[in-house]
Amino acid sequence: MDKIGVLTQFVYNIVLLNIPLLYGTVGEIMVEKSGCLNLGVEGTMAVGAIFGYIFGCYANSLGVGIFSAFLMGALCGLIFAVLTVSLQANQNITGLTLSTFGLGIYFFVGHSLKAKAWPVMNDYAGVSEGFQGIQIPLLSKIPIIGKGLFSHNILVYLGIVIALAVWWYLNRTTLGLRLRAVGENPAAADSVGINVKRMKYLHICIGCGIMGIGGYYMGLNMSGSFNSSCWINGYGWIAVALVIFANWNPALAILGTFVFGFFNALPVSASSLAMAFPKGLGWLAAIPSQLYDALPFIITAIVLIATSIRNKRGSSGLPAALGLNYFREER
Amino acid sequence: MANKQHMVQVQTENNENGQNYAIEMRGITKTFGSVVANKGVNLTVKSGEILALLGENGSGKTTLMNMLSGIYKPDEGSIFINGSEVSIDSPEDSKKYGIGMVHQHFKLVDVFSAADNIWMGRENPGFVLKNERHSAIEALASTFGFELDPRKKVYNMSVSEKQTLEIVKVLCYGAKIIILDEPTAVLTVQEIEKLFSVLRRMKEEGHAIIIITHKLNEVMDISDRVAILRKGEYITTVNTSETNEQELTEYMVGRKVDLNIDRPVVETTRPLLEVRDLCINNDEGATAIDNVSFYIRGGEILGVAGIAGCGQKELCEAIAGLRPIKSGQMIHKGDNIVGLSPKQILEKGISMSFVPEDRLGMGLAPSMSIVDNMLLKNYRDCKGPFVDRKSGRADAMQVIKDLEVVTPSADTPVRRLSGGNVQKVLLGREIKAGPNVIVTAYPVRGLDINSSYMIYDILNKQKTDGVGVLFVGEDLDVMMALCDKIMVLCHGKLMGVVHAHKTTKEELGLMMTGALDLKDKYEDKPAGIAKDTRFGEQEAKEA
Repeated sequence: MDKIGVLTQFVYNIVLLNIPLLYGTVGEIMVEKSGCLNLGVEGTMAVGAIFGYIFGCYANSLGVGIFSAFLMGALCGLIFAVLTVSLQANQNITGLTLSTFGLGIYFFVGHSLKAKAWPVMNDYAGVSEGFQGIQIPLLSKIPIIGKGLFSHNILVYLGIVIALAVWWYLNRTTLGLRLRAVGENPAAADSVGINVKRMKYLHICIGCGIMGIGGYYMGLNMSGSFNSSCWINGYGWIAVALVIFANWNPALAILGTFVFGFFNALPVSASSLAMAFPKGLGWLAAIPSQLYDALPFIITAIVLIATSIRNKRGSSGLPAALGLNYFREER
Repeated sequence: MANKQHMVQVQTENNENGQNYAIEMRGITKTFGSVVANKGVNLTVKSGEILALLGENGSGKTTLMNMLSGIYKPDEGSIFINGSEVSIDSPEDSKKYGIGMVHQHFKLVDVFSAADNIWMGRENPGFVLKNERHSAIEALASTFGFELDPRKKVYNMSVSEKQTLEIVKVLCYGAKIIILDEPTAVLTVQEIEKLFSVLRRMKEEGHAIIIITHKLNEVMDISDRVAILRKGEYITTVNTSETNEQELTEYMVGRKVDLNIDRPVVETTRPLLEVRDLCINNDEGATAIDNVSFYIRGGEILGVAGIAGCGQKELCEAIAGLRPIKSGQMIHKGDNIVGLSPKQILEKGISMSFVPEDRLGMGLAPSMSIVDNMLLKNYRDCKGPFVDRKSGRADAMQVIKDLEVVTPSADTPVRRLSGGNVQKVLLGREIKAGPNVIVTAYPVRGLDINSSYMIYDILNKQKTDGVGVLFVGEDLDVMMALCDKIMVLCHGKLMGVVHAHKTTKEELGLMMTGALDLKDKYEDKPAGIAKDTRFGEQEAKEA
């Protein structure tokens, strides 16, 4: 393969493989900004993945797939909200349970369907055609970056748009201001007449719905067969860490996704990169694959250490009441 | 004032002018589990009036007000606003009825600017440019004589600025009935004056104001009428002009209380604790205590006066060994204690009880019982790896009995007790260890009169037993009555040590602001160094 082609493919992979992380991260940012720490991203994405895939195929429509993934994700959010907001359950434990629960649903539905009628994406033209790449006029003509960044499927663009929209919502609208107030100091928000419960319910559901879409994307990307080791494959957990890396800023999450994406795409493209640039990057092929597999998690650890050192007051996006349940009459 | 009972029966909502009350609460009862916080309370406020709500700690003042602000719902009773009965189910409702409450613990979002804190609660604000919001808020603030920078972040604000923001916030929502829960507890004398002039202005504009405070002189100063609660029950409402502090205290406590503070004369001994040329840095690395020298004799109370945050906390922490010092000496009975661990200092008989602004922050573990908190200090005396609860329980029972701590049992978590009782437990434990020097900071912070006097008695008892007491306080009247000597700090610098019975409040005030420096008066020997020091020339040279 020529050098340009290899580089293009590498950039393409960075985006293609990692957009689910962006969905997970942006969804989790929205949830956490309401003061709830949802550790169930993995499970929520898995539920979105399996139901989005099945409903999308049966309806033969990508749109239905996206919508049902969102809905099923939001349903997971609803479970989380009922438990933590209304019933005051511990958020960490509820989130961990949701993770296990979501994965369980995934395997349960997947296995029972596989025995009977597992849908294959290519049989459903509505879904597979909808998932084709879209060339953005002009921009996609730029060498390397054009093909790498501007000829992706609709879900990639949707992810970017959602991230920017959530940023705008949080930082520029009154409702976003109120949401941040709820996450920072629910008692203060309550005292000025903001309906804390309603805000939490609403944003947990929307945030989890966004995660669900991320799961659906992942399912489509992983080809049409049911994957018995689960499509989500730990991405949900990286998303939780990415939230911290992005400092609870959805726009920064785009950047964070691509930084992680770089290390995620490296093992896929390592051998072709080494062949195309034997002098500069030949050493890439010598690195054992296990190290590549560990890279995203090593980077996660380094990032978490770095972000906890950088801790200037007022600059951190960490919601002050994150993880604490709010009960108005508490004394 | 007409007979309350009669008024309820005939269902008249009019006061003598034929005008509706801004707020009328009738027969309000509220219970938390088995605890009755309010029992059949009646309360009325007119527009253009300041009502002071008076009561001891735990008498249910805040609970009653929280039923107006929508945080609690009354179990029984009814609330009328401008003559019509209302049901306040949430803070949202409360805001709708024009009630605004400034809570004792401010309800502000730290990372937001002042403007955002106000804006987050506006109804249908639409899209208004930031600059227009700012100028609107500034304009509103200045009509009431407030200074408020809408761009300033809350975490950069002083306590007084935060309070200003809280008041502007409720005014901005159009509140006509304003409730202030202990607004003066954390303010300086000048700030209180400023607050009161604003309150008078709001009263003239026709606002109804309810103010909760412990300080009787403030009640007499600001209020038109006073409503008194005792142990959750409504006692009476009196016109301020027809009463006096003594009568109010009796209503509040339920019996006669001697408002004079004793200062027993005790024969003093040689200095127990001597501090010389002490310099300490604060958390930010700036100088907190600058070249301060003083000494405490056995059998005397040395007061430390100063504006909040001028090094008192750092000084206490340094003596207790919790904070490293930069330079200087601290000598206890001739032994240098600089560099010793807190445990070693404790063993020498120096105990510290510091009551921070949030009251529970230092010294006690809130969710542990009184017994366990006692054990925190003497667990080391236990033999073997097991905890000896028996002695801890005996200590706890002793403290509960001696200091009249009101608690369901010795096993009740400390955070469930009211503020005064928590402070009694803290001080009781420190005294239990039999110290010879007690360092106590703000021991009566937020306490009602009865509990405060109990604490003064405890300190006087220790003094007559020959203990040296360092008393960091806020209220100058109290310090002048209780302490033998007062040392004044200003921005970490020693302004001089004066005899409490010879000085005046004005002199202390001038010293606190740094306008008067009495150190120069001592020509042969610098202020703060005893003649009969245990700390000889030799040691001073060596150090």
